[in-house]
Amino acid sequence: MTAGLALDIGSWVLMLAGSFFVFVGGVGALRMPDFYTRMHAASLTDTLGTILILSGVILQAGLTLAAIKLAAIMVFLLLTCPTAAYALANAARLSGLSPRPEQTPGKD
Amino acid sequence: MVVIVFEIFLLTLLVITAVGIVRSRDLFSAVMLLGLFSLQIAVIFFILDAADVALTEAAVGAGVSTVLLLGALALTSDREARPKGRRLLALGVASITALILIYASFDQPRLGDPQAPVHQHVAPWYLEQTPKQIDVPNVVTAILASFRGYDTLGELFVIFTAGIGVLFLLADGSGRGARSQLPSAEAQGLRHHLIPRVVGALLVPFIVLFGLYVQFHGDFGPGGGFQAGALVSAGVILYALIEGEASALRVLSFRALAGMIAAGALLYTGVGLAGILRGSQFLDYSVLLADPIAGQHLGIILIELGVGLTVTGVLLTIFHAFAARAQKR
Amino acid sequence: MELLGLYNYWVFPVLLMTGLYAIMSRANLIKKLIGLSMFQAAVFLLYITMDKIEGGTAPILQAGNPEQLYSNPLPQVLILTAIVVGIATLALGLAIVVRISETYGTIEEDEIQGQDAE
Repeated sequence: MTAGLALDIGSWVLMLAGSFFVFVGGVGALRMPDFYTRMHAASLTDTLGTILILSGVILQAGLTLAAIKLAAIMVFLLLTCPTAAYALANAARLSGLSPRPEQTPGKD
Repeated sequence: MVVIVFEIFLLTLLVITAVGIVRSRDLFSAVMLLGLFSLQIAVIFFILDAADVALTEAAVGAGVSTVLLLGALALTSDREARPKGRRLLALGVASITALILIYASFDQPRLGDPQAPVHQHVAPWYLEQTPKQIDVPNVVTAILASFRGYDTLGELFVIFTAGIGVLFLLADGSGRGARSQLPSAEAQGLRHHLIPRVVGALLVPFIVLFGLYVQFHGDFGPGGGFQAGALVSAGVILYALIEGEASALRVLSFRALAGMIAAGALLYTGVGLAGILRGSQFLDYSVLLADPIAGQHLGIILIELGVGLTVTGVLLTIFHAFAARAQKR
Repeated sequence: MELLGLYNYWVFPVLLMTGLYAIMSRANLIKKLIGLSMFQAAVFLLYITMDKIEGGTAPILQAGNPEQLYSNPLPQVLILTAIVVGIATLALGLAIVVRISETYGTIEEDEIQGQDAE
């Protein structure tokens, strides 16, 4: 088994795992009962999904400038996604949406 | 093949988003969906090999235009009244026109056809002449700044005029000093929220740095004045949203922004006039230096700088004009 | 397969007419501007669709690879500037809407016309 093949397999495993988490996040965002749990599900796609997929792509890129750019994007996403989730949840809280499911209206 | 599969998926998503935008009665969510729409269309542009356009659309469509629309919503109302009548007629007109246009599409060359008429005439000449006459790798920049520099000058003045127009409509003659002392919600920004502040302070310098990279690397990679202007102003707008508008105005005051707008337009026109003074035509950069290729490089860098300055100035001025109006309320 | 290559040209009229429908059927001025933005985006899509060439790449010349095909740079230049001009005109439109809202107290077209008629 050559090193190239091992690298390919590793990157495919990472990308497939990432795609799985993106899918689960999507299902969760649709199926969860209220806003906050949906956001929790969606944050899975933001962080775990993208990180895994980007790691897989970095393995494909090898030691090039593209890999460094991808790593920079990864760091950027790791910083911004949780912040965006915080801002979103905070805005929802301020606009009066209660985290307790029994108090939220049946629709959104 | 792979391109077509991706395309069909993304374009279908785009249509769904568009229908969602029109159907949404809540203008706030319509604006958010419009940001999503811009991001999707930016990805499609990227898949269609238009890296420069994708970069611009992502920065302008998803970033700046969302902020402007939200600013306008804050000044008006974010609920839409129930529409009366006209819907069936409008639907009929739109559907019939769409069907006619779709019927016409069967005469179009399919996606990526090398025999398509559009690839036969002007484009090969540009691709062939760019290395000989201008010698920058990015053909888009070469056409934008040099071959069709006249067009770009016109576009720049459209933006310039729009910026002045917004100022005429929204700014009132009263001094701005008095207003910035009032501690309103907008002036405070997100100052009480620790997490956005820390992350924002971390990110803003890198966004501005990336904007400068896009500005000065535009000859070699995707980039140029328009994209850089949008990116830098997006960075400053983020700073204004986090630290409050007053802090952003301390960094780049109205006076400085007005200076940037004028300086950019003057720099572009000045480079054009320099061509005349050196004995050639308006916007001919070849005569700027002894070596025509070096002259072209200098001309492109200067006019891209002019474009970047004006675009940044106009976008930030428009943002501040909306924000100042909101504060006065 | 040949037909799927026309998919872009089918989405273009759908988006264009969705935008136009929003402009025609909605009385809300901001909604009209949003429709205008979508109309614009559809035109951008049409132009960028034309630039694609099979086996090509973004028109950034690669040294030492003379056989490489490049996508058509001309539509990209036109649309690049059109996007920025589009945001400038959108801002101008929004500024006018804000002034209308301050004068009339509403941004619904029929209410404004009703007030004008009085």
